Amino acid sequence: MGSLRDVRARDTDWDGVRLHVVTGKGGTGKTTVAAALALALAAGGRKVLLVEVEGRQGIAQVFDLPPLPYEERRIAVAPDGGDVHALSIDPEEAMLDYLEMFYGMRRAGKALTKMGVVDFATTIAPGFRDVLVTGKTTEAVRRKNKDGRRVYDAVVLDAPPTGRITRFLNVTNEVAGLARVGPIKNHADLVNGVVASPETAVHFVTLLEEMPVQETLDGLAELTAAGLPPGGIFTNMVRESLLPASVLDAAAGGRFDPAELALGLKAAGLADGASDAAAVAEALAEEIVEHARRTALEQRERESLDASGRPRYELPLLADGVDLAGLYELAESIRNQGAA
Amino acid sequence: MSERPGGHRDVPVLDLDAIIDDPGTRIIVCCGSGGVGKTTTAAALGLRAAERGRAAVVLTVDPARRLAQSMGLTELDNVPRPVEDVTGDGTLHAMMLDMKRTFDEIIEAHADPERARQILTNPFYQSLSSSFSGTQEYMAMEKLGQLRRSGEWDLIIVDTPPSRSALDFLDAPERLGRFLDGRLIRVLTAPAKAGGRSAFKLFNAGFGLIAGAMTKLLGAQVLKDLQTFVSALDAVFGGFRARAEQTYRLLQAPGTAFVVVAAPERDAMREASYFVERLAEERMPLAGVVINRVHRSPAEGLSAARSAAAAEELESRGGHDLAAAVLRLHTGRMQLAAREHREREHFVTAHPTVPVAEVPAMWEDVHDLEGLRQVGKLLAAQ
Ligand SMILES: Nc1ncnc2c1ncn2[C@@H]1O[C@H](COP(=O)(O)OP(=O)(O)OP(=O)(O)O)[C@@H](O)[C@H]1O
Ligand SMILES: Nc1ncnc2c1ncn2[C@@H]1O[C@H](COP(=O)(O)OP(=O)(O)OP(=O)(O)O)[C@@H](O)[C@H]1O
Ligand SMILES: [Mg+2]
Ligand SMILES: [Mg+2]
Repeated sequence: MGSLRDVRARDTDWDGVRLHVVTGKGGTGKTTVAAALALALAAGGRKVLLVEVEGRQGIAQVFDLPPLPYEERRIAVAPDGGDVHALSIDPEEAMLDYLEMFYGMRRAGKALTKMGVVDFATTIAPGFRDVLVTGKTTEAVRRKNKDGRRVYDAVVLDAPPTGRITRFLNVTNEVAGLARVGPIKNHADLVNGVVASPETAVHFVTLLEEMPVQETLDGLAELTAAGLPPGGIFTNMVRESLLPASVLDAAAGGRFDPAELALGLKAAGLADGASDAAAVAEALAEEIVEHARRTALEQRERESLDASGRPRYELPLLADGVDLAGLYELAESIRNQGAA
Repeated sequence: MSERPGGHRDVPVLDLDAIIDDPGTRIIVCCGSGGVGKTTTAAALGLRAAERGRAAVVLTVDPARRLAQSMGLTELDNVPRPVEDVTGDGTLHAMMLDMKRTFDEIIEAHADPERARQILTNPFYQSLSSSFSGTQEYMAMEKLGQLRRSGEWDLIIVDTPPSRSALDFLDAPERLGRFLDGRLIRVLTAPAKAGGRSAFKLFNAGFGLIAGAMTKLLGAQVLKDLQTFVSALDAVFGGFRARAEQTYRLLQAPGTAFVVVAAPERDAMREASYFVERLAEERMPLAGVVINRVHRSPAEGLSAARSAAAAEELESRGGHDLAAAVLRLHTGRMQLAAREHREREHFVTAHPTVPVAEVPAMWEDVHDLEGLRQVGKLLAAQ
């Protein structure tokens, strides 16, 4: 790992980006990648805010913390110094903030909450809920210190899944249908000023499987069509194949000679008689053919992702699942690949 | 030696053939958390039921494109289409849910033309009817009710939406109902009832405060659209709620079988547990749990530990590189199988009476009828 100076001086693929939105198909690792990306961005003495919006306490879970309140607080220290703060945005609280910040109307806000206005908004017009949540996020992006510098070097948003991301970010559009003028519309325009600017990048997390890859490509197209800035693709949970390419190629075509394997098994003392070694080798050969087909399919998925022209990063499948150490490992991998 | 995953003695086995062959089974609901294989399982069960003689229809929600194509579904037209190339005596129809159209049809059925037009063109209705939070769940249940009432099929298999939580489809109708009974709605609908004057004036200072905040938050025009929408909808919703209750009772009836689909991973199994408990609470008939995409090895006799030790031995000695790599690969495979087995055991210990079936992971996605047939066979072969 480089010295602190190196780290600060390095070029990354996303210099100038202050809002990193992380989306992807459900369960592909959005929360995990968002957390690792926040750590990677904070490395070398920077201050990063990690935001979640669906009230699921995913951040607390990956960092092994008790549930987070609606409050920005430091949750982790990055490699070479640097802080990750976290915020779990609750739409009700965000609405109170909004009313207070713009109108000094906290008490009225509380009454609205009691009346079930937020429940109402999520049921009838998710666009309203989204504008409150994205509003709070972009406020953190824009927020400045007394000396005029931004409070956070970067904000990472653990966002809704691919199927919802464009609507979620395209608040102006969503809200415009409902409110052509008025305060909500103005608020949405403010949000749009950040989200549709080069200060934002929307990253996609995917697995090397057909459905998540297809969703990623569809999601990218939809995002771009809406004029929102696409970021990189994080292929997550990648398993490295230990077998040489020539063996894989042949095996994918159903050709794998178990004889050589049987000799190896015998040499390793795994078989008593010749026939036993041959039987185990046959069974393993079947496993190899399946593995090779799977690997070939993964390679095809990589190629279709690369055809999108977006920068792509690979994150390994952590054998023991994601714990805190694993998160730092992923963060380092993200830095080594130049994504942060 | 490793224990064969799936070889648990006392767990009742989920016999899906018995369920689909039973003419008393009229509805099968496939539910579970996101991405576990609900749509695949629903389609595979539908095909198998048809090929075993039932007149089956599969209602899918957001199927993967290639899976939809394999059943001849190319457009979202909200009516069941016959699936070609089904063998045997039965028939199979399949459809993709169009939630907006389903919603529009309900409005048209329950409101006079003028009021229906008012609702259908209101921006809030358009937002509500195409949004994802709950509407899809609600409309899937509504469509199920419609298919059932049509009497055209003797078995209906429903897929459920890719909810963040598997329970959403049970909760959505209730949530929509609660929402429409809520205090807020009563305030919003008051102007219409008070003959067009602003209802807010009629209320005390507390409501004045709220009205002020709503106007600030939403703007006057929005508030007006909202009021129009809510009062128009209010008139329609009595019928709406009654239907939701009817569908709910249909789900509790003995002819219904819930199949909870899960993946052998912690989160998905936890969600499955939660769901099984919730179904019991609601007195919904659970058939069992399908654990999908289970990893097995053709060389199960060679344990992870022995395989790892042998690989290490070969690596330290040099030579036999290929065998060493193959053994490493096999070790990983067996470890994964063991992890999955543990997840299954956790579930089984907590729910010893719930029948379980396992479906192995295939190396590629399921996207043709032959693939679905294969999954159907695997579902039945327990
Ligand atoms: N690189 C990895 N190696 C091993 N396990 C991983 C990896 N990335 C994520 N996981 C695991 O996969 C599961 C899903 O990850 P995560 O919760 O981050 O996904 P998500 O996309 O945020 O899910 P959701 O859609 O439910 O919000 C978790 O159990 C997580 O620990
Ligand atoms: N046993 C299996 N082996 C291999 N792949 C499978 C298996 N079952 C399902 N799949 C694949 O997994 C993916 C997800 O399946 P499916 O679409 O049925 O899940 P779902 O639960 O309906 O997802 P969603 O929650 O997004 O609606 C599909 O690409 C499907 O082909
Ligand atoms: Mg998450
Ligand atoms: Mg599905």
